[in-house]
Formats: sequence, structure tokens, C-alpha cells
Amino acid sequence: MREISLHLIDIIQNSVSAKATLIVISLEINIIEDYLKISITDNGCGMNDETLKKVKDPFVTSRKTRRVGLGLSLFESACNRCGGYLEVYSKEGKGTEVIAYMKFNHIDREPIGNIQDTIVSALLNENVDIVYKHKYNEESFEFDSREIKKIVGEDLNNPEILGWIQEYIAENIQNIDGGAF
Amino acid sequence: MKSIQELEAIRKKTIDNVNQRKDRTTTRIVVGMATCGIAAGARPVLLSIIDEVKKLGLPDVSVVQTGCIGVCRLEPIVEVIRPGEEKVTYIKMTAEKAKRIVDEHVVQGKIVDEYVMHVVDGKVVNDYTVQKD
Repeated sequence: MREISLHLIDIIQNSVSAKATLIVISLEINIIEDYLKISITDNGCGMNDETLKKVKDPFVTSRKTRRVGLGLSLFESACNRCGGYLEVYSKEGKGTEVIAYMKFNHIDREPIGNIQDTIVSALLNENVDIVYKHKYNEESFEFDSREIKKIVGEDLNNPEILGWIQEYIAENIQNIDGGAF
Repeated sequence: MKSIQELEAIRKKTIDNVNQRKDRTTTRIVVGMATCGIAAGARPVLLSIIDEVKKLGLPDVSVVQTGCIGVCRLEPIVEVIRPGEEKVTYIKMTAEKAKRIVDEHVVQGKIVDEYVMHVVDGKVVNDYTVQKD
């Protein structure tokens, strides 16, 4: 993966497969303490302890077509290679939380990339709500698809609405951190 | 800045469209968005399709995502399913190729042969080019 936002969409797809209806993503950049912390929390079906132990193993997957699953493994190696770690917490029937931590100024840290595209792609899934929290040092911005649905109705799969959301998120991120990371 | 008023204006404009879409038959454009697809560049493909659909103002098209289609080396993969027609699978997509598929296949109904996956005896025969008889 070339960007962190691509890892994000991958993990979000896991949540969607786990029948999550609400996915909360938080991305926190702290220049002063030099870290980037990302968490993805969903209310999907979760995993039992046995699966949880093996979940970062590339040869473990829930899909039937093949016996490899690289999503979490790739994300973990992206964290490890820049002095960070990846943790997965889950409770069966409750949901799953993925936490990724990286040294922000590490030379191998992937660029954050295009977050707005990731959110818009995630919103194409039916019956899924996305909350995105972006924090840069002390400043923050929050996007909640439930707020949008209050205005335009349940169906967000409309090019004009998606276009609006895309620009809205991009502008707000730009306002906070210049969008340069 | 994008404003909420703008969003409300979009809603008023599109509400008729949404109603129409429910009872008419829609063309489905499916993009493979598993790890393999994403790594190969499926997100720009997906967004360029949405963009093109918006630009052309196509009301009867729904753009959806799916998981791994099963031939990861040919990702990004886009499938087009027009009502009453057989599914067509396009492989090794880029944002530009995807735009062409919307213009030619979805709008005019002409399949873009160069990008279609050709399967003979269960084997994909055109990883890179179209095979002519």
C-alpha cells in the first residue's frame, strides 16, 4: 500500500464484512510528541479469542476463495517499520477495534494520503455510518455521516452528495493541517 | 467552504432522481475493493467512475463495491451489469479506462473489447492484450 488512507479503506472493508453499521475512525497527528495514532472501531460481529490471536497472521482469513489474508498484516508491517505497533481488540458480538501507532517523523512512515476518497468509498456501502475524527495537535475536525443523512435522507449513493462530502472533508482537513501529510 | 445549505439544495434537486431510481432497472457498476484491489489502485478507479456518472448525470446507474473477485493479479477489476444483459468483467483498470467504460458501455451499450477479461477453457487468455482469432 502506498498510503495510510489505503490501509484505512482496507480495514473499513473488514468492518463492513463483519456487518458493522457504525465505524468510527480517528486519526491523530501530534507533531510535538512525534506520533501518528489511528483507531478504527466498529460495532460488527467481532471475533472470538482464538481468532483474535491469529488475526495478524497473513495465512489466516475468513474468506473462502483463498487461504491468505493480507490486510491487517500489511498494516502491521507499515507500523512496525516506522517504530510503531498495531493492536487489535475484539469481543464477539460487540465489535472490533484496531489501533495503529507510528512515529510521525519516521522516514519510512507512509504519507497519510487521500482521506476524503477513503471516506466516500466507505459510504458507498449500504447501511453503514462513518464517523471520522481528524486531530492535528490541539485542533480537530469531525465528520459524521448520520448528520448528513438527517439532511439528505438515507441514500447517500448519489454522485452529487458524495462529491459534496468529498470536498467538505478535504477542505476541513486542509484548514486544520494544510493537508500536507 | 462547502455549506450545509448547498447540501440541502442538492437534496431538493436529487430527490426526484432517487424516487425514479427505485422503480426503474438500474445498471450496476461493481468495483473490487479488497486488499488486492486497493493495492492495485481500485480507489481512484471507483472515484473516477462516480465522477463520470455525476458529470454525465446518469440517473439509472448504481456504483457499488465488492470484495475479492478471485483473480488478484488482474486487479483493479470492474464489472458492468446492464439490466437484462450478461455481466462483463473489465480488468487492469485505470481511472482513464474506467471513464471510457462509463462513456461507451454504460451509456451507449458498446462493450469496450480491449479491456474485457477473456476466458477460454477456464484460463484467462488476455493478461495484457486482446487476442484476435
